[in-house]
Amino acid sequence: MAIWWTRSSRTIANHIRKCMNKGFMGGAVVKQSSWSSTVQSCSLSSLSSHRLVPQNCSYLHSLPCNRATLFSLQRFKSTVAEGQLDSFFSSDSDDEQLNVLARQSLDFPGGKVTYTSEMNFISESSHKRIPCYRVLDDDGEIINMNSDLQQVSKEVAVKMYSDMVTLQIMDNIFYEAQRQGRISFYMTSAGEEAINIASAAALGEEDIILPQYREPGVLLWRGFTLQEFANQCFGNKADHGKGRQMPIHYGSKEHNFFTISSPIGTQLPQAAGIAYSLKMDNKKACAVSYIGDGGTSEGDFHAGLNFAAVMEAPVIFFCRNNGWAISTHVSEQFRSDGIVVKGQGYGIRSIRVDGNDALAVYSAVSAAREMAINEQRPILVEALTYRIGHHSTSDDSTKYRALDEIDYWKLARNPVNRFRCWVQSNGWWSEQQETELRKSIRKQLLQAIQVAEKTEKPPLTELFSDVYDHLPSNLQEQEKQLRETISRHPKDYPSDVSV
Amino acid sequence: MRPFSTATCDIENQQSAKSINLYSAINQALHIALETDPRTFVFGEDVSFGGVFRCTTGLADRFGKSRVFNTPLCEQGIVGFGIGLAAMGNRAIAEIQFADYIFPAFDQIVNEAAKFRYRSGNQFNCGGLTIRAPYGAVGHGGHYHSQSPEAFFCHVPGIKVVIPRSPQQAKGLLLSCIRDPNPVVFFEPKWLYRLAVEEVPEHDYMLPLSKAEVIREGSDITLVGWGAQLSIMEQACIDAEKDGISCELIDLKTLIPWDKETVEASVRKTGRLLVSHEAPVTGGFGAEISASIVERCFLRVSNFIYFVLLIEYYREPIQFFFIESQAFHCTNNLILAPIILNILASTLKTQKEENEKNKKVQTMLTCLCGDKRMHAAEWN
Repeated sequence: MAIWWTRSSRTIANHIRKCMNKGFMGGAVVKQSSWSSTVQSCSLSSLSSHRLVPQNCSYLHSLPCNRATLFSLQRFKSTVAEGQLDSFFSSDSDDEQLNVLARQSLDFPGGKVTYTSEMNFISESSHKRIPCYRVLDDDGEIINMNSDLQQVSKEVAVKMYSDMVTLQIMDNIFYEAQRQGRISFYMTSAGEEAINIASAAALGEEDIILPQYREPGVLLWRGFTLQEFANQCFGNKADHGKGRQMPIHYGSKEHNFFTISSPIGTQLPQAAGIAYSLKMDNKKACAVSYIGDGGTSEGDFHAGLNFAAVMEAPVIFFCRNNGWAISTHVSEQFRSDGIVVKGQGYGIRSIRVDGNDALAVYSAVSAAREMAINEQRPILVEALTYRIGHHSTSDDSTKYRALDEIDYWKLARNPVNRFRCWVQSNGWWSEQQETELRKSIRKQLLQAIQVAEKTEKPPLTELFSDVYDHLPSNLQEQEKQLRETISRHPKDYPSDVSV
Repeated sequence: MRPFSTATCDIENQQSAKSINLYSAINQALHIALETDPRTFVFGEDVSFGGVFRCTTGLADRFGKSRVFNTPLCEQGIVGFGIGLAAMGNRAIAEIQFADYIFPAFDQIVNEAAKFRYRSGNQFNCGGLTIRAPYGAVGHGGHYHSQSPEAFFCHVPGIKVVIPRSPQQAKGLLLSCIRDPNPVVFFEPKWLYRLAVEEVPEHDYMLPLSKAEVIREGSDITLVGWGAQLSIMEQACIDAEKDGISCELIDLKTLIPWDKETVEASVRKTGRLLVSHEAPVTGGFGAEISASIVERCFLRVSNFIYFVLLIEYYREPIQFFFIESQAFHCTNNLILAPIILNILASTLKTQKEENEKNKKVQTMLTCLCGDKRMHAAEWN
C-alpha cells in the first residue's frame, strides 16, 4: 500500500497527522510520510514505488523550474530529512518559499500534484507504440550480444527446444484424436510454443502457476507426463481431475499448477491472493498468472492487477496477446496500445516482449521474476504472438481471418523454427537428433493414447464426491436415487462407467 | 490442520457470558479466529478501521495490518483474492460490505470457490474461505441496502450458506464457518447488529452447521425461517398461543446443505408448514423447502402453506400484499407478526373442515394407488 505523502508546510503536515490519528487512509502512510519531494508529483508512475528516490534526475526537466522546488529537492533526498524538518520550518524565509510551492501544487491524498495553467488533455496514446523486446532476429541469431540476455545453458536450451517440439507433436496427435471422435474437445498451443516453454523455463518450480488454458507447455516443462495429459483428455479414472472437466483442463498439485477453469480471467485476483500468501510466508517464490488478450477486458483483469499492486504482491501477470479472442480481433477488444500500457494505470512495471522469441521471453520472465520476488511487487509481461490454430476444435478460424495471415505467422514467424536455428547454431542440436526426437515423442504419445483409452472411466461415486469435503445428506440421497434408477434401467447407462 | 465444524461445544457449560449485541458477537468471533490461527486473515472494504458496522473494530490494531486490511472497492477482487489466500492453506475471511453488492463477486463464488475442490479432483480447495455479508432490511435501506439474496447462493453446490438469528448463534456459527473446510457465505442480519442483545459465552465455541434447531415446540403448525425473520416469527408464535394455537418454530441456520430431517420430523407431527423469508417469493428458498417437504410427507400435510414474505423498504405509505409484486412496501418488520398470526388463525379455523377433506383425499389416494404399503407408514 504505497501511498505517497509529501508535505510542504506545517499546516498541511499537521492536517495529515490529524487525519491519520482518526484512522484516515491507513497506517502505511505514517511510515512513508518522511519522504518529501515534488518529484513524485510530476511522475505519476512513481506513485506506487516507495523505492524510487529522487536521485534519478532524468525527469527533472518536467518540473516547474523555480527556487522552491529545487530547494525542496536538495533538502529532502532521504529520510534523514525527517529529522531536519522542524528546524527547517522554523525559518521565516523558508516558510515563504514553501508557501510558494504550496500555491503551485495540490497536496492531495496519494501524493502532491503540481498545478498548471495550461489546459492539456493527456493523449489517448503515445505517438510511438511501445517497442517489443527481442533477442533473436527472424533467423534465430542474437541481435545484440550486449543485451540484457539471460544466459541459457546447453542443457536448458536443449530441453526447451525438445519440449517445444513435444508440445507441437502432442497438439497434432490430440487434435487428430478429437477429429477421429476419440476425445470430445481439444485446444492447441500452435504458435505459442515459445511462450509456453520459455516462460516456464525462466521460473522456479516453487513458483505457483495460475493458468488460463493455452499453457500446457508449462506443465510439460515441469514434468507432467504425456500419459497424464492423455488421461485428462480422455477423462479416465487416472485423470487427477477424476474425469470431471472438458479436455485440456489440466491441474497438478505436484507441479504447483492450479487446475484450469474455463472462465478466462478469474485466476487473476486469485493470483494476487496466492502471491500475498507467499509474501506472508517470506517465500522466495512468486505467483504467475496467464491470460489472453481477450481476458484483459474482463473485470477480473482489473481486479487482479489492482489488488496485486495495492497489496504489493509478487505476481507475474503474463498476457499472451495473440491477436484474436476466438473471432474477436484486438481492434474490437481494446483501443489501447495493447496490454503493456495498462500496467502503468495500475502502478505496475511492465514489458512488451516478442512472444515468438524464446530467448526474449526467457530473459524477460527471468527479470520479471527477480523483481517480483526481490522487490515484492507485481510485474506485467505482454507477449506478442499469434494463435496459429483455431481457437479450439469447435472453431474454424478461416471464417473470420485471412489464410495468408495465418501462413505468415506459421512459416515466417514460427517460434519453434527460430529457436531451433539458434540452438543449432550453437552446435547443440542436429538433424539426426531432430528425427529421433520426433519419432520417439510420436511413439510415446500414441502409446499414451492407447493406454488412456483403455483405462476405465471414474466410478459413479466420483460424480458426487469432492463437492464438499464430506458428502452431505442431500447428495447422499441423490446418489442413492441415481443408483436405484440405474439398477432399474441398466441399459440406458454407459457400460464403461462402474456403478 | 483445523477442527471440523462438527466439533462443537456445549453452550450450557459456559464459564462466563456477557450480554452483547450481534455485531459485538461477530467481532468476538473474529478476534478468536485471528488469535487461534496465525494463518487467518480478515479483509474487505473499510475493514481496517473497524468496518461500517463496527464488526472488525480493534482487529487491525491487535493483529496488525498485514492480517486485517482494507481492499480496493472491488467485490470480485475481494472474493478472488480470498480464494487465492484460502487455496494456500489460509483462512480467508472476506467481508462484502452489503449483501446487495455481492453480485460482482458472483462468478468468483459460483464458478471458482464452489467448484475449486471438485474440478481439481480434490487436489486443491479453497475451504478456508468465508464470505461475510450483512443482509436484509432495516427500515431505511432502499433497494440497495435491504436485499436478502440467499436464494441465489442456495442453488450452488460446493458452498455453504449460513444465517444466524442472534448474537450467541452468530458467534458460534461464524467460528464454525471459518473453520469449516468448505467455502461458506455467511449472511449477517444487519437489522439485529445493534438491536439483538443476548448472553454470549466469552470463550471459543462452535455451533454445528447443517443442523436446524427447534426453538419452540408446538403441535398445530411448523414455522420455518432463518436470520432476522426468526424474531418476527417468534412474536407470531407468542401471539398465536394466546389464541390457542400451538406453534413449533424452527431456525434453519444453514440453508445449504440444509437439515431436511428436522423440518420433516416436525411437519410429520404438526401436519402444517409455514415458511417465511424476507426475500422475493418466486424462486425463493421457501419454495425449495416446501417442495422437499411435500415430496417427503405429502400425505401427512393436512394444511400446507407455502408462504413467503417479501419486504422491501423504499417508500411509504405502507402497503402489504401476500402475493409477489414489485410493489411491496412496508416500514416495520414487526407488521409481519400480526400478518402471520392472521394466516395461522384463518388456517386453523377451518381445521375441522380440512381434516375431513384430507381424510377423503387420503381414502381416494389409497384407492388410486395400488401399492398400499408404500403409504401405510405415512398415515400412521
